[in-house]
Amino acid sequence: MSAPAAYVDGIGLLGPGLCDWPATSDVLIGKVPFASATTVLPAPQGLSGAERRRVSALVKLTLAVGLEATERARADPAALPAVFTSSGGDGPTCHEICRVLASADRQLSPTRFHNSVHNATAGYWGIATGATAASNALCAHDGSFAAGLLESLCQVAVERRSVLLIAYDSGYPEPLRGVRPIPDAFAVALVLAPEVGDRSLARLEACCSEARSDRMSDAGLEALRASTPAARCLPLLTQLARRASGRTVLDYLEDLRLAVEVSPCR
Amino acid sequence: MTTLALTSFTVTSAIGRGLDATLDSLRAQRTGLAPCAFESVVLDTCVGEVAGVDDAPLPRALREFECRNNRLAWLGLAQDGFCEAVERSAERYGRGRIGVFLGTSTSGILETELAYRHLDPLTGALPRGFLYRGAHNNFSVAAFAQRALGLSGPAVVISTACSSSAKAFASASRAIEAGVIDAALVGGVDTLCLTTLYGFHSLQLVARTPCRPFDTARDGISIGEAAAFALLERPGAKLDADAVLLLGTGESSDAYHMSAPPPDGRGARAAMLAALASAALAPEDIHYINFHGTGTPSNDEAEACAVASVLGRAVPGSSTKGATGHTLGAAGALEAAICALGLRHDLMPAGVNTTQVDPTLPVSYLLENRRGRLSRVMSNSFGFGGSNCSLILARAG
Repeated sequence: MSAPAAYVDGIGLLGPGLCDWPATSDVLIGKVPFASATTVLPAPQGLSGAERRRVSALVKLTLAVGLEATERARADPAALPAVFTSSGGDGPTCHEICRVLASADRQLSPTRFHNSVHNATAGYWGIATGATAASNALCAHDGSFAAGLLESLCQVAVERRSVLLIAYDSGYPEPLRGVRPIPDAFAVALVLAPEVGDRSLARLEACCSEARSDRMSDAGLEALRASTPAARCLPLLTQLARRASGRTVLDYLEDLRLAVEVSPCR
Repeated sequence: MTTLALTSFTVTSAIGRGLDATLDSLRAQRTGLAPCAFESVVLDTCVGEVAGVDDAPLPRALREFECRNNRLAWLGLAQDGFCEAVERSAERYGRGRIGVFLGTSTSGILETELAYRHLDPLTGALPRGFLYRGAHNNFSVAAFAQRALGLSGPAVVISTACSSSAKAFASASRAIEAGVIDAALVGGVDTLCLTTLYGFHSLQLVARTPCRPFDTARDGISIGEAAAFALLERPGAKLDADAVLLLGTGESSDAYHMSAPPPDGRGARAAMLAALASAALAPEDIHYINFHGTGTPSNDEAEACAVASVLGRAVPGSSTKGATGHTLGAAGALEAAICALGLRHDLMPAGVNTTQVDPTLPVSYLLENRRGRLSRVMSNSFGFGGSNCSLILARAG
């Protein structure tokens, strides 16, 4: 099997108790203990007042990590194609639509309806940053991060241009929470480039694998990884934080994993 | 991009199960749109419902995927010897070397809508047996197709609203070109549900009568449902003259508004130009365009503007949504299949229901079927969030 590859030029991250990539990196290398706390969402940048009031928590979440990653990579967000990937999309919006449709008055809010599409985050990313290149919106249940990484690496390999990957998830309200318990919002963004540059942290090369996926040694981080599809990236991020070379295996499908060969650049 | 072949394809929509029925309807310029009698929906609109989707449950081994969307997928896969073609491909390349790339906008959300009517009165919990992974989650249709066909390679759902299954062709092409897989099941499946029927109604985008794209009196969309699939692989050394090829894909974002295109259609224009560049073709190489053509006043106007600026005003075109309805996440694959049928059978399908083409739109819109050899065609798909995708398909000879 041929293995598509790319260089990680920038990382952005927000999650429970994790406020950005440097703070997360310190936790992943064991310098600071992991202390889970409600994910804090910053005010959305780049949107007008009316749009700021209409956007969902997920838009704030994805804008924040996307802008952090592009800033760290010193890349222009408006110039990058983007790959968004999420298991459940906008849980509160989905819940509210189903609630209204089950009631006597089925009048939906038009804003809520257009916010319900799986690519709403990608749409608002374009509006906020002015990015007019291709954007994608993927889903592969628990393997959504791996599916997004694979799509991004294929884009970098074939188109020979940098890509922004944003993987994210947030919880559903009840009753969907009862069947799909995702505890809190989590998002990670990677700027992936075809050539090594002065911001490059590591080279990634991915291929499908049947090996067992890696777990986190810290119980709290493992709970986060196991409960949140987007956080299935944590073993890879740990390797990037440690600047360690070697292979890490990520959850993808029921019978398939994604093995990522990591080679640090500096 | 590297040219790929659609070595097998199939389509099921309101105008027919499988290719022969679809071709018959296209030749007869028949619409599949009829007044909405779906579920308990009370809306004065027409829909393109596929007959018999709920007639039979899924086979026992696939029960964990039970929902209307996967039942339509199963019905679609059963047509035109498609499963057998995938099986031959699996034997040739290996089951792990065939990827699954399917587009859907709402997956099995209908089952969740129905389940919310039956929450436990005491606890508020969903009914027992609710299938989150197999029905509700957007990925369910890809997981279902992968299991049903016995494939074990990469799989993903692309959910970019109404461009979803056109973009599935683009993602699959890259995965083949990158060497990750040898062949791909691509396509789209979307089924009627209350979210889209009442949602588009809330945006005042739904027509009362069967939709009339590009008509002076066009007043909105008619929602439909469809399952369309293609098997995409590198062309063999010997190709039949009527083999259908994928020559190019182009994608762009509007970066403008969540549910409306910029009036000049610049995002659509960028996608079409990218598709031409990817196919290394000039505008005059395109002989027919299948418009996205939803039938809303502003969408058709923006698209006409964009098409005229890229291909000129003279290229014959039509929207087949007057026949099938707007099948949302399945529209890209459905219309790619209609284009493939047109290439194979020398047919440019008319835009049915439309009687008076809007004279302000700079297009050559087909009100009657046109016969004649087609070599290369373009199909447009645009979605909410400003997600655009254009595909270029061709005859091999």
